[in-house]
Amino acid sequence: MTAATKTESSASEPAAAGPAQSVQKLSVSHLNFFYGKQQTLYDVSLEIEANRITALIGPSGCGKSTFLRVLNRMFETVKGTRVEGGVLLDGEDIFAADVTALRRRVGMVFQKANPFPKSIFNNVAYGLRVNGLCSRGEIPDAVEKSLRRAALWDEVRDHLHKSAYTLSGGQQQRLCIARALAVDPEVLLLDEPSSALDPIATSKIEELLFELKKSCTIAIVTHNMQQAARIADRTGFFLMGRLVEIDDTATIFKKPSRRETEDYITGRFG
Amino acid sequence: MSRLARRNVIGRAMFALTGLSMFVTVSSLFFILGYLIWHGFRSINFAFFTQLPKPPGELGGGMANAIAGSAELILIATLIGAPVGFFAGVYLSEFGGRKFSFVVRYVTDLLNGVPSIVVGIFAYSLVVVPLGHFSIFAGGFALSVIFIPIAVRTTEQFLQGVPQSFREAALALGAPKWKAIATVVVPAAFGALATGMLLALARVAGETAPLLFTSFSNQFWNLSPNEPAASLPVMIFTYAISPYKDWHRQAWAAGLVLLALVLFINISARLLLPRRAPR
Repeated sequence: MTAATKTESSASEPAAAGPAQSVQKLSVSHLNFFYGKQQTLYDVSLEIEANRITALIGPSGCGKSTFLRVLNRMFETVKGTRVEGGVLLDGEDIFAADVTALRRRVGMVFQKANPFPKSIFNNVAYGLRVNGLCSRGEIPDAVEKSLRRAALWDEVRDHLHKSAYTLSGGQQQRLCIARALAVDPEVLLLDEPSSALDPIATSKIEELLFELKKSCTIAIVTHNMQQAARIADRTGFFLMGRLVEIDDTATIFKKPSRRETEDYITGRFG
Repeated sequence: MSRLARRNVIGRAMFALTGLSMFVTVSSLFFILGYLIWHGFRSINFAFFTQLPKPPGELGGGMANAIAGSAELILIATLIGAPVGFFAGVYLSEFGGRKFSFVVRYVTDLLNGVPSIVVGIFAYSLVVVPLGHFSIFAGGFALSVIFIPIAVRTTEQFLQGVPQSFREAALALGAPKWKAIATVVVPAAFGALATGMLLALARVAGETAPLLFTSFSNQFWNLSPNEPAASLPVMIFTYAISPYKDWHRQAWAAGLVLLALVLFINISARLLLPRRAPR
């Protein structure tokens, strides 16, 4: 599939699917985020709909990555951070949940591919083993399934036991996606997953996300507005720690309701 | 003299100074090595490795018991020092708060700087006095006190070298923190951690002062941890200050064996050190 056809389908899909079908997977209300005394997110409220791709765009330092890291509570690994406000996953408060259980349900793929210094197989199997998700005998099948879902199986099937570092950058990132998929997350958060990749590897990842949204809810932070336009059903625009607006991707890119969004999209700043 | 000429002179002078210092550093090692090999090789023989020491005045004999004693001392020091050092290093790298870690790190460095003879006195009063006699265990304990700070700092340092992204990836998959450390962070640094332990081991292998009044010495064969035993460094000390020519010869031989052992450990530690993980 080429980028051009994807743009069409993503632009037409939300209209066709209609808002009636949408189910709120994640619901964020009045979220404030503090790093020490400095506030970096202000009163962010938004809904992330099930089986849709939600893209978050905005200039560097606007808080979109921070926002993503709230959704699986990864921000807690940094000392001195604090949040106010609520985040509900299927109606349940994520801050009341067990953090490891939450992270299993809400997977994450990082900006830079970060496979473990282990074999391809063991990278994918890691989450299964750590969470005790399946018996030893079932692991090979589960690994194959995840690699297939990440569209990597055919490229690696003959050298599963080689180091993950023998793969190219784009393959490594798909391996990280496979690793995240292995624990069967309900939501997949991607923090600029293709910013370090060439266009061909990028388009592979985009195709993959398109496939994945059938079974998964996806939130992706991207610097690249064309990428948001190509793949996202809904797009939110962040600026200086605030969510300026979020709407269907077509609406955001064709007639945004806020002046700042239009200025950013048309390249007047950022 | 023009400014440029003066600068060139200063530049050459500094280059000469740094070069000379480098030469002194490197040549010290080779001078020691050469001297030991020269004297040691003439002195070493098969009996040195297989026989017990002869009474003073009698020619011949060897240091088989001291070699075994040293091995046992190092083993005990490692059995105590490696786990303590490892876990303390993991704590510093993975769990410690900023202020508390700073204090612990500083204390560790101070411990590292405690003169080894003082460590000997400490082990003497803590182990030898209550037990009422010298023992291999007391010596091993004294060596472990020297082992620990080295192991702590190398462990911490090598764990800090593990990219943060590995920890994040493991946590994001739902791994609890301790599991992420045990299954990703430590394995990623494993070769380097082993190197750190070997370096600590090489360091304590040559220590003499802490053994003088802990494991003491022994003319006879002993492997019981509860009894005093001979060790290579103490034997070198005793034999070198003795009035017997044949003992001087054996001291050289022991020095060569000890140095070869330490160099061997050091070099294999370097070979074990993996090239850094990609990125």
